[in-house]
Amino acid sequence: MSTLVKQDNIGDLVNQPVNGFDSLRSIAKNSFNEQGLPRLKSEEYKFTAITKKIEASISNFSQASAVEVSMESVNSATFSGFEGAKLVFSNGVFQPRLSDEIEGVAISLLSANESIPLGSIAKPEKDPFAALNQASFQDGVSIVIPKKTKLAQPILLLFLNSISEGQIVQPRIWIEGGDFAEATFIEQTVNLTETSLFVNKVVEIKGGINSHLHYYRIQNEGKNYIEASNIETDIQKDSTFSTVLISLSGDMIRNNLSLNILGSNSEGNMYGLYLLNGKSHVDNHTNVDHTVAHAESNELYKGILADQSRGVFNGKIFVRQDAQKTNAFQQNNNILLSEDAVINTKPQLEIWADDVKCSHGCTTGQLDEEALFYLQARGIGKTQAKGLLLYAFAGEVLEHIGDEAFKTYCTKLVEERLGAKF
Amino acid sequence: MLSIKNLHASIEGTPILRGINLEVKAGEVHAIMGPNGSGKSTLASVLAGREEYEVTEGEVSFNGKDLLDYSPEDRAREGVFLAFQYPVEIPGVSSTNFLRTAVNQVREYRGLEPLDAVKFLTLMKEKMKLVEIDQKLLSRSLNEGFSGGEKKRNEIFQMAMLEPKLSILDETDSGLDIDALKIVSNGVNQLKSKDNATIVVTHYQRLLDYIVPDYVHVLYKGRIVKSGTKELALELEEKGYDWIKEAVDSEATV
Repeated sequence: MSTLVKQDNIGDLVNQPVNGFDSLRSIAKNSFNEQGLPRLKSEEYKFTAITKKIEASISNFSQASAVEVSMESVNSATFSGFEGAKLVFSNGVFQPRLSDEIEGVAISLLSANESIPLGSIAKPEKDPFAALNQASFQDGVSIVIPKKTKLAQPILLLFLNSISEGQIVQPRIWIEGGDFAEATFIEQTVNLTETSLFVNKVVEIKGGINSHLHYYRIQNEGKNYIEASNIETDIQKDSTFSTVLISLSGDMIRNNLSLNILGSNSEGNMYGLYLLNGKSHVDNHTNVDHTVAHAESNELYKGILADQSRGVFNGKIFVRQDAQKTNAFQQNNNILLSEDAVINTKPQLEIWADDVKCSHGCTTGQLDEEALFYLQARGIGKTQAKGLLLYAFAGEVLEHIGDEAFKTYCTKLVEERLGAKF
Repeated sequence: MLSIKNLHASIEGTPILRGINLEVKAGEVHAIMGPNGSGKSTLASVLAGREEYEVTEGEVSFNGKDLLDYSPEDRAREGVFLAFQYPVEIPGVSSTNFLRTAVNQVREYRGLEPLDAVKFLTLMKEKMKLVEIDQKLLSRSLNEGFSGGEKKRNEIFQMAMLEPKLSILDETDSGLDIDALKIVSNGVNQLKSKDNATIVVTHYQRLLDYIVPDYVHVLYKGRIVKSGTKELALELEEKGYDWIKEAVDSEATV
């Protein structure tokens, strides 16, 4: 495996020469230098010391290059039951050779199409990691689904990581759904090595009018896995966008998810489940921006935290002055199973319009002892009774996964976790 | 079947039960009555194994086994059933899946084959008639959004499904109108046999018009202070609890 010049600091990545998108990279570099890496004193990162974590875990602050991957590894990495097209990434770099072609869909390396307005949705000035990615990603993929194209099967974005020493991986994805387009994306990561790595991912999704896009993710990573992701979408009128994220393990994960509602009669849905144990730390920052009238957003994040795990939920909802008749709902519920587990949760609503329906709520508690006793008093063993109650809690998120095979896969992992661990 | 000897129990250091003695034989119905705060529900909870209560003295033998040594689930599997005063709402757990899990865990403990889906459904349909419970209720989450009467009916339905040896009905009549009371009582009466026993915990005599007890015990300040037959319940209904309280309290001061 060849590596680029060895770096001492993650910020030096922006100084490495990378081909293409010169001006966009230069804008991002300036933005990154202005923001600097987030520290605990940065309001947006005050519960997640990810920079410190990266500095302590990564030995070589350069990007890992793509490695040779066999078709067998691709197939064995794919979750069982998946039916659809695969787009494969090796150490964050898109691999056309290992990826499927999809009839009617334009799939290309980003480097082959420099007219793509990268950073127009996930703007580099909004997050230092988004800026870092834009300044220094190696090569990504552009997926363009033409007008009126309805994909019957999902597209799997399969990230295979194979690292020999602590390094950095930066996937970059541009998705465009034309007017009336319908598609489902599933993200899955498989780490072929146990080595520490930092994944810094940016996904931009540009929806057309009356487009219906779904984006599902699972994070079931190793103990040495660190990630920062920025996923942002523009939602046009008469459209829906739905996302479900199931986080099961990893060292430290920060997910930034932003929905920009730009057209009326549209709907944005965000669902998340974090089921953490050990010392896993998962931080979900979500943001929905209602800029126009008559649109709806629904958000439900649920967490079960055991051992010394830590969860962070920060949910921003902006309702701009023009966004009358907005319906925006947000809910975050947590169960702490150990005295050492921590959750920091913060709803953040800013509403300038006066004729809206908005609600938010967050709860944090322990397993309901009364319910547990009720089940036991009917002859159900304590372990199974706990599992049943926790699964009932988690199930509300799982049911929003629209792809049956992926839902089955996630459900099985959740059941295993609840049965085996709790 | 059940033999309680000198049972003392406390919650957070406060003694609630102060020496209960009670013998219940197969085929019998015992009513435990008493004023509020006398320890009736505590007795029911201690028998079912609720962990908040600490048994400080005494013993409970159930069919020759030391009941207090068993976990709540094993007590249920041994055949003790507590109909809750306040059945718990559990969102996300379907009534049917819950019952099937419960029935099969109890069967497994008793060395019986688990019921398959078809056999379970047949059993369920048969028992549903007993308490006139609607199938629609059972397709919902456990007790979620059920009315008070529906919850109590669901308790008796679960009792019918689990076929306990000893059923303890904790204030099953509270919050029931007369029609619901009749349905619930009718269910309990149909489940009675010479092989099982029932303990009815209640504040009011009303329920005992429908579930006729063989013995009535009055609990006061954590002890059974008077026992009798069903006529005692009628007397309590007429005269209230004060005369018993006075008798006990004056005895204590002597």
